[in-house]
Amino acid sequence: MSQVPDTLRYTSTHEWLRPEADGSITVGITDHAQAQLGDLVYVELPAVGKALTAGDACAVVESVKAAADVYAPLTGTVLARNDALAGAPEHVNQDPYGEGWLLRVAGTLPSDTLDAAAYRALTESA
Amino acid sequence: MPADLLLKTPLHARHLVAGARMAPFAGWDMPLHYGSQLDEHHAVRAAAGVFDVSHMAQVDLGGPQADHYLRRVLCGDVARIATGQALYTCLLNEQAGIIDDLLVYRLGADRFRLVLNAARREADLAWLRAQLAGFDAVLNPREDLAMLAVQGPQARGLTDPLLPAALRASAANLARFAAVEQGHWLVGRTGYTGEDGYEIMLPAPAAPELWQALLQAGVRPAGLGARDTLRLEAGLSLYGHDMDDTVTPLECGLGWTVHWEPAQRDFIGRAALTAQRAAGPARQRAGVVLACRGVLRDGAPVLQDGRPIGHVTSGGFGPTVSRGIGLARVEAGAGGACTIRIRDRELPARFVNPPFVRDGALHVALPPLVEV
Repeated sequence: MSQVPDTLRYTSTHEWLRPEADGSITVGITDHAQAQLGDLVYVELPAVGKALTAGDACAVVESVKAAADVYAPLTGTVLARNDALAGAPEHVNQDPYGEGWLLRVAGTLPSDTLDAAAYRALTESA
Repeated sequence: MPADLLLKTPLHARHLVAGARMAPFAGWDMPLHYGSQLDEHHAVRAAAGVFDVSHMAQVDLGGPQADHYLRRVLCGDVARIATGQALYTCLLNEQAGIIDDLLVYRLGADRFRLVLNAARREADLAWLRAQLAGFDAVLNPREDLAMLAVQGPQARGLTDPLLPAALRASAANLARFAAVEQGHWLVGRTGYTGEDGYEIMLPAPAAPELWQALLQAGVRPAGLGARDTLRLEAGLSLYGHDMDDTVTPLECGLGWTVHWEPAQRDFIGRAALTAQRAAGPARQRAGVVLACRGVLRDGAPVLQDGRPIGHVTSGGFGPTVSRGIGLARVEAGAGGACTIRIRDRELPARFVNPPFVRDGALHVALPPLVEV
């Protein structure tokens, strides 16, 4: 059973969003996603300042056997990216909602994100 | 394919108990990993891991002309191995294309055990049976046997006390690539990881107990994910990726498995191979290492001076070398710096001679890491 924190919002493509106090939104991939992928060995993130469009591929997470696109869960601009992942991609596996964060984005929370219950239902039926 | 149509090894229930993430492989429901394939890889290099390889096909061959027959169908010569020795070699077709790579153990003057890739079981048996005509020899697929591979610097030391008493001393004294038989058990000092260890062939009902005893002794269960990263670092070829029946041993780095002497031994494929050797093969196997962060992928084009010169046949990431690595088939004579096209970008890389890792340590010069 994967972890699905109640305080976050989710997408059907297995990204999570966390609105921060300063108005920015932190983004990552869910525990369900990291378990499906297995051990990650490489994470490719967009540069700070890059414009993101909701639904477009914006990052890549790679395990030994497969590369998976991460889709921008909102439209906005990259304010920060988790550069620690370059040397320690395993943070995404070990702490997907904490140390494994991918990006912090300037943008607004889309109205069609899922709450924890809806995301949980989605992953359990898969 | 639905999971209930996949074949199960005698250890299937143990894998589930150990928390394995299962995946289909060659029609079998196999453990991909037990939580972390990277941890399993490192455990084998540092200590010991155990793999269930019961899906592989074990086939006995016996009879007055068994020796004669194998000297015809294999490009390596079993006359070179004594009882209790193993030979890694290839089964070729008339065009010298590789039907499979395999280990053959000599169990006696006219008795052998072949270990074949699971994915090639049907193709191999069809070919072997067809070639038997005219030879006084009998093939006997051993579906009653399981196989465990225990690999790593501590593997043999941890395994020896758990073997049947009658086998213990002989196993402990085995030279590399030697094997000892006792009843229905066959223990070889062989493996597919680049580390020391055993491959243990045993009656299926005995496998779960040995598995459990190994785990209790501290041997880490390891899945097919780790098996693949270990063998890739060790520069060991994988059938279906690094070679297939359109590739000859000379084109994929397996020329050393061909025994040309004695010249009168007319093994299947000899004529085609002789012609290719005389002309010089147009393609060769090469190791490649990325000079930047990333993971190599099967099929990725390899370029030099902007020109495609081949492709990656086994691509991945070596956890011990901590770099993207791969095996490739490229134009003969290629060497030095190259680039590899991955997801529409050309990444800097370098040709190296495998193995990437030997005796647990880096064996190639890594190009300095560059940011791209």
